[in-house]
Amino acid sequence: MSGSLYWLRVASRLRGPTLLWGVRPLSQAPAGDGSASGGGEGGHGSREAVERLVRAHPVVVFMKGNPAQPLCGFSNAVVQILRLHGVQDYQAYDVLQDPDLRQGIKNYSNWPTIPQVYLNGEFVGGCDILLQMHQNGDLVEELKKLGIRSALLDAEKDQDKK
Amino acid sequence: MEAPAAEPVLSAEALRGRLLRGLEAEHVEVEDTTPARCSTSFKVLVVSARFRGKSLLQRHRLVNELLAEELKHIHAFEQRTLTPEQWEKERGSLQ
Repeated sequence: MSGSLYWLRVASRLRGPTLLWGVRPLSQAPAGDGSASGGGEGGHGSREAVERLVRAHPVVVFMKGNPAQPLCGFSNAVVQILRLHGVQDYQAYDVLQDPDLRQGIKNYSNWPTIPQVYLNGEFVGGCDILLQMHQNGDLVEELKKLGIRSALLDAEKDQDKK
Repeated sequence: MEAPAAEPVLSAEALRGRLLRGLEAEHVEVEDTTPARCSTSFKVLVVSARFRGKSLLQRHRLVNELLAEELKHIHAFEQRTLTPEQWEKERGSLQ
């Protein structure tokens, strides 16, 4: 746990255009249609495979499109909220690139929609929940638990000085 | 679980009825946002005492479970889930 926190601090120093997103190779042909996903090993949609993705980074987003080019208003909203908080270093996966993953992540969290946000491997919610966490201040607290200082805190400070 | 009916009725009024009954809600607003999006979309506000003591995630899960069949046919679904107290406060601040 502390190891990943350390990694996060190191990574957060590498600001700039180092946005990470779904760079998983998709060379393996999906086995069958989405109905086959959710079980067994090897498939992109299996519980084990999804679990690995969810735990690949302290902040993980499953979305349509990628952070530079979201292909859905709700996915875009999640990207914009994270940007507001200065969270630039996160792992995003584009479910439109992988039907197995698209179904697999829904099975994994028992949540019917995309986008889905995970903090420290834990499912937080979709766009509505992230938006409300942003509005009620919970998101600042949750990010703090991950060792991430929300940029909004600094923005508020600047306002106080004025 | 009963066997699901062939196709759920996807109208704002039908969804409203389901939410009112299924969650013993005291207030439900359903907006059909389909015209603003590319496919069947709804935005709902549900006020229910059943949400008391539950996290946002738990509340949304209650709604998702109730509308599981409908959600298979809905492209986008926005929800706000409030307790009667939160709803009262919100209305008060609007006046």
